[in-house]
Amino acid sequence: MIARLLDGVPKRALILLGLLLAFLLVAPLFVGNYILSVLILVLYFAYTGQAWNVMMGFAGQLSLGHSLYVGLGAYTAAALYVHFGIGPWAGVWIAILISMAAGLVVGFLAFRFGIGGVYFALLTIAFAEFTRVGFDHFMWVNGSGGFFLPVAQYSVNDVLNLRGSPTMFYYILLGITVLAFIFCRWLLTGRIGYYWLAIREEPEAAQTLGINIFRCKMIAVAISSGMTALSGVFFAFYYNNLFPEQIFSMNRSIELILGPIIGGVGSLFGPILGAFVLTALAEVLNDIMVALGYELPGVKLLFYGFCLLIVVMWLPNGIWPPLRKWLRLGERL
Amino acid sequence: MTALLTVDGISKSFRGLKAVSEASLTVPQGGIVSLIGPNGAGKTTCFNMIAGVFKPDEGSILFDGRSIAGLRPDQICHAGIGRTFQIVKPFKDLTALENVIVGALRNESSTRAAKKKAESVLDQLGMLDKRDQPAAQLTLPERKRLEVARALATDPKLLLLDEVMAGLRPTETDQMVAVFRDLNRKGLTILLIEHVMRAVMALSQHVVVLHHGQIIADGAPEQVVRDPAVLECYLGEEAEV
Repeated sequence: MIARLLDGVPKRALILLGLLLAFLLVAPLFVGNYILSVLILVLYFAYTGQAWNVMMGFAGQLSLGHSLYVGLGAYTAAALYVHFGIGPWAGVWIAILISMAAGLVVGFLAFRFGIGGVYFALLTIAFAEFTRVGFDHFMWVNGSGGFFLPVAQYSVNDVLNLRGSPTMFYYILLGITVLAFIFCRWLLTGRIGYYWLAIREEPEAAQTLGINIFRCKMIAVAISSGMTALSGVFFAFYYNNLFPEQIFSMNRSIELILGPIIGGVGSLFGPILGAFVLTALAEVLNDIMVALGYELPGVKLLFYGFCLLIVVMWLPNGIWPPLRKWLRLGERL
Repeated sequence: MTALLTVDGISKSFRGLKAVSEASLTVPQGGIVSLIGPNGAGKTTCFNMIAGVFKPDEGSILFDGRSIAGLRPDQICHAGIGRTFQIVKPFKDLTALENVIVGALRNESSTRAAKKKAESVLDQLGMLDKRDQPAAQLTLPERKRLEVARALATDPKLLLLDEVMAGLRPTETDQMVAVFRDLNRKGLTILLIEHVMRAVMALSQHVVVLHHGQIIADGAPEQVVRDPAVLECYLGEEAEV
């Protein structure tokens, strides 16, 4: 299995990945709380982007409603914790199952009846939207008033209940992101990966080669929604408050796909690079502006728009593919 | 010889326009049969019905003793029929080798075995030197060969070839003919749609002519090309003097 993961990956790539990982591992020792919170955001978007990329980048199905799976994951784990005292490490599995079920329902409706492209995207938006409206009135989790997890000052990190310092959250998220990266590489180099790429490129030809398109798409949506649920669980325990208005909002769906789009849809490292560029650079830009004495609240959005414009105009495949070529790191990273 | 594929009276209409009307043909086990006819005669529609893209409005299709009419294309592939597309459909972002691996995974249990298989199929078609090129960068003749390679990698019993010679130079056509002859000797049954008569005459043991959705001639190649009905449909009626 390890041989398959490493097959065709040049040594240079492994060294660079190792350096990046080493940097991320020691970063909390040197940076302050603010930078750490930015890094957490970067990893959050890197991981969630990776999850979304399984559907869009690998299987070619555009979902604009991934906030649905974030939200379901977040609310499930939070409600289990608050109402029944079930810790996040157990709750996360139920959260994943519920999100997967939702993903499979959306997928079934779309793929069974041959809905693709923009219409599939609209369907995903619709599901996220009516779930948001539903949660606004779902009083078990306090409806639109917001659902809160108990917050307390902990002198020690309670890893079992995910109560603790940002550093703890950072390392957990880093672990998840690294595992997701390896998992996606494993998927992409396996049978299902080839099938997804074939379906993405030419569904008709793929089917002629014996690929059951419906089944492969359902697997993609199940994996993607399940992975996304995990970001939701993290979100809930990190921020301690959930509002349907925010977590299910379409803005969230868009925000989490900007990273992979700018980094490179369909590539493995693209979503990670995209998250760094967008989140980290946007924060840096914000800081510079503040340091220069300009308080411009919209500067981050302007930066997002600018990045998107650059990518759409000059780098339609994202930043990573040309960079990967320049660094001679092979085609499948 | 026993029949591998028996198509009996299949018809297909599109919004009232009859594309194929009660067409019947038989492909014997181990044979090479050509389906020819002018443009718009319904050849590709016939193929699409056999390959599972369309369900015939009426008629039956028996493959290997089993009815396959109305099955999905992936089920047809599993039954043992491979096909190429007239308008080539390569997986553009994948390399030539990866394209063929997708086909090879149909029967191989691991990606490693599929890779080995794909390499041998590419080699068979003289494309091993292109293995790492993205399909988008291949020339049209190469893409046509890639279509064949991909279909072959699924280990079909019957290969449906939709105009794989079109656009090839005569020497390239002869190379392809040699490849198909070789495959046929090893036991592959072939049904091809073709306009390039050089290939049709060199390959087929049997020719079926389709015109306006109907089969107008059926027989040995030399016999069919002298058939008055066939000459008429290609060249027009002889003028009365």
